[in-house]
Amino acid sequence: MLNIKNLHVTVDDKEILKGLDLTVNAGEVHAIMGPNGSGKSTLANVLAGREGYTITKGSIDYEGKDLSGMAPEVRAREGIFLAFQYPVEIPGVNNIYMLKAAVNAKREYIGEPPLDAVEFLNLVKEKVKLVKLKEELLNRSVNEGFSGGEKKRNEIFQMAVLEPRLAILDETDSGLDIDALKIVAEGVNSLRNRDRAIILVTHYQRLLNYIVPDQVHVLFDGRIIKSGHRELALKLEEKGYDWVKSEAAA
Amino acid sequence: MSDTAVNHYVSELHRLQKEMGCDNLARLREAAIGRFQSQGFPSTRQENWKYTDVRPLTRMPFSLPETGMVADHEAWLNEARLPGLDCHELVFVNGRFSAELSRTDGLPEYVVLKNLAVALEEDRTLIESLIGEDNADSNPFNTLNTAFILDGVLLSVPTDCIIDIPVHLIYLSGFSDEGFAAHPRNIIALEANASVTVIENYVGADNSRYFTNTVTDAFLQENSSLTHYKLQQEGRGSYHIGNFNILQAASSRVYSHSISLGGSLVRNDIHAELKAEGAEIALQGLYMGTGKQHIDNHTRIDHLSPSTQSRENYRGVLNDQARGVFNGKVVVHKDAQKTDAAQSNANLLLSDFAEVDTKPELEIYADDVKCSHGTTVGQLDQDMLFYLRSRAIDEETARSILTYAFAEEIITQIDLQPVREYLEYRVIGRLPDADLIKEFTV
Repeated sequence: MLNIKNLHVTVDDKEILKGLDLTVNAGEVHAIMGPNGSGKSTLANVLAGREGYTITKGSIDYEGKDLSGMAPEVRAREGIFLAFQYPVEIPGVNNIYMLKAAVNAKREYIGEPPLDAVEFLNLVKEKVKLVKLKEELLNRSVNEGFSGGEKKRNEIFQMAVLEPRLAILDETDSGLDIDALKIVAEGVNSLRNRDRAIILVTHYQRLLNYIVPDQVHVLFDGRIIKSGHRELALKLEEKGYDWVKSEAAA
Repeated sequence: MSDTAVNHYVSELHRLQKEMGCDNLARLREAAIGRFQSQGFPSTRQENWKYTDVRPLTRMPFSLPETGMVADHEAWLNEARLPGLDCHELVFVNGRFSAELSRTDGLPEYVVLKNLAVALEEDRTLIESLIGEDNADSNPFNTLNTAFILDGVLLSVPTDCIIDIPVHLIYLSGFSDEGFAAHPRNIIALEANASVTVIENYVGADNSRYFTNTVTDAFLQENSSLTHYKLQQEGRGSYHIGNFNILQAASSRVYSHSISLGGSLVRNDIHAELKAEGAEIALQGLYMGTGKQHIDNHTRIDHLSPSTQSRENYRGVLNDQARGVFNGKVVVHKDAQKTDAAQSNANLLLSDFAEVDTKPELEIYADDVKCSHGTTVGQLDQDMLFYLRSRAIDEETARSILTYAFAEEIITQIDLQPVREYLEYRVIGRLPDADLIKEFTV
């Protein structure tokens, strides 16, 4: 589904990704781990199409399409979803209508008729249970006055409604207490299926206790320097990153 | 340079005086034009006019309009009317009152609501006592308006009288081949404990050049309350200069909403004097400019007595090559201890060529006061934009949604639902993807 080859990305003329390779197949969950500043969030943002990230070399192939130069909204319509590390508050913009516009923009793109108000609300009612988000929050401005945990749950709720093919969760676990983490993880697990791929960008192994990945990658200095299974994450937690670094340097 | 223009207005006035014959207010007009002659039109060398050059307005010899009805007034009235609003309605066409189009029945006893041309006949003493006060310092356009005092509204609300149904003043302009100037004068006098809502709605045709020079004087006695809306939707080729002068007695309250959408060169002045303890004023404003529009908002609040309060919140949205000006001056006089004043102005620039000059000014001569002001000028928030786009919403729609959300903050402050809904519709109508955005509003 996703095939990244030798990806080099600069931000403000500074090279952040320095030849990253990653292949993710449908149905798989990949965890990207790594110390601060290794390029984890850059990878998430590049995949979602944020401005200010320049691909200087390499390629990103998603479902046979070249992602570079594709507008963020087109990526979203093609099935890419980014759960933000810091979901922004947008005063004056209604959460639920934003989501309805999002759903219908996707449907229009793939040639399906728009959902009417009733159909959409039924969909919302069904999905909102997944992350135990209070329904009254939905009628507020986007993320305005939400607690940190509510913002993260709102991201997963949006993911549930938008049903992406490829979801990138950028440090969705950060700032969550253990109860909120469990709720978010359960939500994500319920969205796992064989057509959908998920990339978990995370700092901590903790999340992976609840969402068990198929593969774990260590991102360091802009490249993936080690890949393995779940045990790799446990070892990282126990021993830190230094041993991987020296192994890679050897 | 503007001597010719000044002389033009002097000779226009003399023509008017002859036409009016032995008019009661001849002396008032004569005195005012004399003051105007010595003031002249303001120039950008004057601090208060630094960012607004009125020369385009002086280059055109605007004459008083021909009186008479226009053919398509019904369509224009429908533009101006606020759906769902039960109101007393006075309609002016090119500055002159139309009894035929107006309806003011069912007002409480002793309330005076009439057009000024009639009031000048019937209530001359009251009017002279109220507006005799404008002095040599006042804004030249204010003086010019006094010189051409002819029509407008007199609204006088007696003690303890609360008028529930808003008064809607509609000014339709631009139905004339020649450029004309209208100088409507509105006088609102509220006795103690009186309360009223007044909507001034200026609507004009885009394809004609005209000059609206309006003045509203509000006099609030003790514990009275005025809610005032000014909807400025003049034609795109027009000039609009407005002065709103407010005098407030103890514990009186003014809630002002000024929405400026139309006109090519626009200047809105509000000058409030909080003359006695406990007087409060809240000013809300929204200005939206596109093309080459120039919209200037000047406010001045004088805190003259202790425990007076002012709140001010203006927002501007400027696109294309439009230019906005905000100047908010708050003066806390020596005796005005415990003054509480807060002011904010935020501006959104949607194009690289749009411009705004914002200048909050605080002058404080008392020592026990609470005053704050803040001003921002910015572009659409890139993080918000990206968030919406990452949710499959195209860039143009996302921009419109965020622009609307910015303007909406002022509109949501409007309690009167028909006014709020009318303005939502008007503001959204100025943005791309209007239908879609309507849904997003909180």
